[in-house]
This record gives sequence, structure tokens and C-alpha cells, in this order.
Amino acid sequence: MPRIVVDVMLKPEILDPQGKAIAGALPRLGFSSFEAVRQGKRFELTVEGEVTEEILAQAREAAETLLSNPVIEDVVNVEVVAD
Amino acid sequence: MSTELPLIGDYSTPGTELSGARIGVVTFPGTLDDRDAARAVRAAGAEAVALWHGDTDLQDVDAVIIPGGFSYGDYLRAGAISRFAPMMAKIVDAANSEARLPVLGICNGFQILTESHLLPGSMIKNDHLKFICRDQLLRVENNETAWTNQYDKGEEITIVLKNQDGQYVADEKVLDELVAENRVAFSYVGWNPNGSRRSIAGISNKAGNVVGLMPHPEHAIESGFGPDHRGTDGLRFFTSVVTQLVGGKK
Repeated sequence: MPRIVVDVMLKPEILDPQGKAIAGALPRLGFSSFEAVRQGKRFELTVEGEVTEEILAQAREAAETLLSNPVIEDVVNVEVVAD
Repeated sequence: MSTELPLIGDYSTPGTELSGARIGVVTFPGTLDDRDAARAVRAAGAEAVALWHGDTDLQDVDAVIIPGGFSYGDYLRAGAISRFAPMMAKIVDAANSEARLPVLGICNGFQILTESHLLPGSMIKNDHLKFICRDQLLRVENNETAWTNQYDKGEEITIVLKNQDGQYVADEKVLDELVAENRVAFSYVGWNPNGSRRSIAGISNKAGNVVGLMPHPEHAIESGFGPDHRGTDGLRFFTSVVTQLVGGKK
């Protein structure tokens, strides 16, 4: 069944304490090439049958109203993934 | 022997209902502090009315408290799922109506109020990433709201702070507005325990009927149990709203 993937990230101007903690842990494992880490959320919405434009529009609306909080987060990606 | 546990608190114990005011306390799945909030309501001389998140009847309450806890396990974002509860729709309408229902959101309740857009901004994880539980010094910045009128402006009070997602954030324009419109209700004093913008601990809406804060006044209402085992600095939140409801003055 196809899935609609929604990616949500904290807005760039919002400090991401979790990302910062991960960035601090990376060098301890020998990964020294990464300047910064920001952590986001990925949602997978499974659809029975074909993903129509209408269903995709619903997913976009859900992304803006429930899956993200526009005060602190941006929806950075909504895409269909076929199985 | 049957040990039937009530799903929501039983607040039927007779209290000292001096004022006739009826104050609703909302319970969501994962709410923790509804019983303490109901107890604080009774300590302030009002009747506590249990409200269930899935109901749509506000039961003619005169004010509402949305207590702390971890509604829906803080899944998605703290307060994000509770915001869409049927009871919340009723509360949002009543808070925005001409009657201006007084609403207090404590901790998770504050998070639910921001997710509901009754209050601006949002809460993210504490800047130090740790859960924090401590006696917290606050300054009363605005004593003209439904929930703060029994405090003095500038008064410093100590109540309990306990949270994981307590860092208050909003964009600079919103923060400037909050300050200019005297809507910062409480600030952290001495140490900013979670990295909140401008040390904001609590805010109000424009009309002053809706107040949200991260620390917990309902845990500081009775000598012997509050901060330092004696602090009762939180009680006046509840006497404030009762005073307003019965038309009394400071």
C-alpha cells in the first residue's frame, strides 16, 4: 500500500536541544566531520488504494494542523512513496 | 472484594463551599494533577467539578482549570492531541465568548492552551534536556488577571516546578507584544530553569481571563505539604478567581 511521508523540522530559528546533544555525542564515537545536528520527525500515512490529489491535499492539511505546530515547526516535505 | 477504581477523580467529598463558585477541573488520559487541583479549589472555598475530556457539557462551571500531567503521554507534542478533545472545543469557545470564562492551564495544561491557540507561543524541551523538579522562585508581573488579582505586582513567590518540556518559545514580535501588553504574568527569578525566552514562566491572554504557567500552584496551598514543607504561595491563584467570580475586591 502506498504511503505519504510527512517530514517536520523545528524552525531554523528555534534552538534544538536534542540535536545539540546528539552533535555533542558524535565526536565521542569518532565522527568528527559534522558541524551541527537538527532532529526532526517523520510520519508515514498509509493509504489503501491510489493516492489521489484529494488525499494528498488532506495529508498536507493534517500536516499543518496536527502533525506540526506552525509556531515552532515547519512541514519540510510531503511526498508519496510507493511500495 | 471489589476494588473499583474510578476513571476520574471523585470530588464528591463535601468541602467548605463558601463562595458558591463552581470550578471545573479537566481530566485527560495521562493527567496527573487533577486531584491536587480540585483540592486547591476546595481549599479556596469553591466547589470542584470533575470534567472529562470526552464530554461536551461544561456543567455550567464558573471557571476551568486544565491541570498538569502527561496527557496522551506527550506523544506528538505535549498537549497536541488533547487540544482536539471535545471538552477543549467547549472551553475555547467559552474562553473567547463575551462571558470570558476564566481558564487556568498548569504545566501540561499550559501546553494544551498554547496548542489550542488560547495563548501564544509554545513549549519545547528544557535547554539542559533534563526533567526538572524544584522549588522555584517566581515574580508576579501582572496582578490584574482572573488568576492573579490577590497577589501584589512584583511580589516574589515560591511554588513547585516539574517538567521536561518547559522551555517557553515564541518569535521576537510575539515576545515584544506580550511585554508591551503586560501579558507576562510570571517570570523566573534567580535562575532560568529551562531556557524560557525572557525568563517567562507564565502568560495571559489579552482579556486576562486565560492564564497559563509551567510551575504548579496547586502543590503549594497547604502548610506542611508545599515548598519547604510550609509554603502556601500557590493558594492565591484559586482565591483570585473565586474573588473575581463573587465580585469581590482585593
